[in-house]
Amino acid sequence: MSAIETNVSEPVSDELKLVQAAKGGDVSAFEQLVKRYDRNVFRIAQHITQNREDAEDVVQEAFLKAYNNLQGFQGQSKFYTWLVRIAVNEALMKLRRRRPERMVSLDEEVKTEEDSVPREVADWSPNPEQQYNQAELREILTKTIQGLPPGFRMVFVLRDVEGLSTEETAEALNLSIPAVKSRLLRARLQLRERLSRYFQKRGNGTNNAKPGDDLA
Amino acid sequence: MKCSDFLQELTNYLDGVLDDRTKTELEGHLAWCHNCYVVCDTTKKTIEIYRDSTLYELPEDLRTRLRSAIVSKCKSHKPEAEKA
Repeated sequence: MSAIETNVSEPVSDELKLVQAAKGGDVSAFEQLVKRYDRNVFRIAQHITQNREDAEDVVQEAFLKAYNNLQGFQGQSKFYTWLVRIAVNEALMKLRRRRPERMVSLDEEVKTEEDSVPREVADWSPNPEQQYNQAELREILTKTIQGLPPGFRMVFVLRDVEGLSTEETAEALNLSIPAVKSRLLRARLQLRERLSRYFQKRGNGTNNAKPGDDLA
Repeated sequence: MKCSDFLQELTNYLDGVLDDRTKTELEGHLAWCHNCYVVCDTTKKTIEIYRDSTLYELPEDLRTRLRSAIVSKCKSHKPEAEKA
């Protein structure tokens, strides 16, 4: 079994030039940076706020904040990591304003190691995602990931979906590296466990769970 | 190696950041422990399914609208000039 290929985009040599130009007030250089990362920021914002309008606001607010604070970007980290950190903070603020009664924190420690012990070890069908149409699959994936505690979900999203390294994820979420590693393991195992309900191999005549089914 | 030891290293194994010796030990365990093999394989698939999913894609028309709003606001808020 080989290691997972990450989709981390290599730091592009022209990126610092764009940042420098934008620092000098070149808005079209900044627009290039927006084009490069707007999709990522939107996805991250959706994962945190779970609301499309909020995510749209977060995209605007995060890029504006980045633009207005470019002088504070010293280039020790990648521009993308710095931007993600801003976006995560904006999204959390949005969420807190919307649901002040529910204090959302990425720091909360949830449960014990127990929740990482796999209970469902049935193998999956060879192409599990092909058992469902696109809309069903999207619903399954959304529901499943939304069920994770926010602190686990964000580590998984940044590391495994957006392709940040462990160190970059730690920086973006203001967590220690061991905390990122432990949350990533637990997030991956919990998602795997929950998806098994939909994707495991079944004998003839039995169907896998459908997205509308109640999750036990 | 016990299954719990394998699980502790699963993330490092999938990320390809283990030293050769630990990797060989883990693969030795995978060769005979079917449960760990399945957990490892389906965890890898979990990551791939999410990575390949089109969850929360930004539609092109909305993307254009957001970008022009950002650009026009940037134009009216020039950043503080860089200090020499």
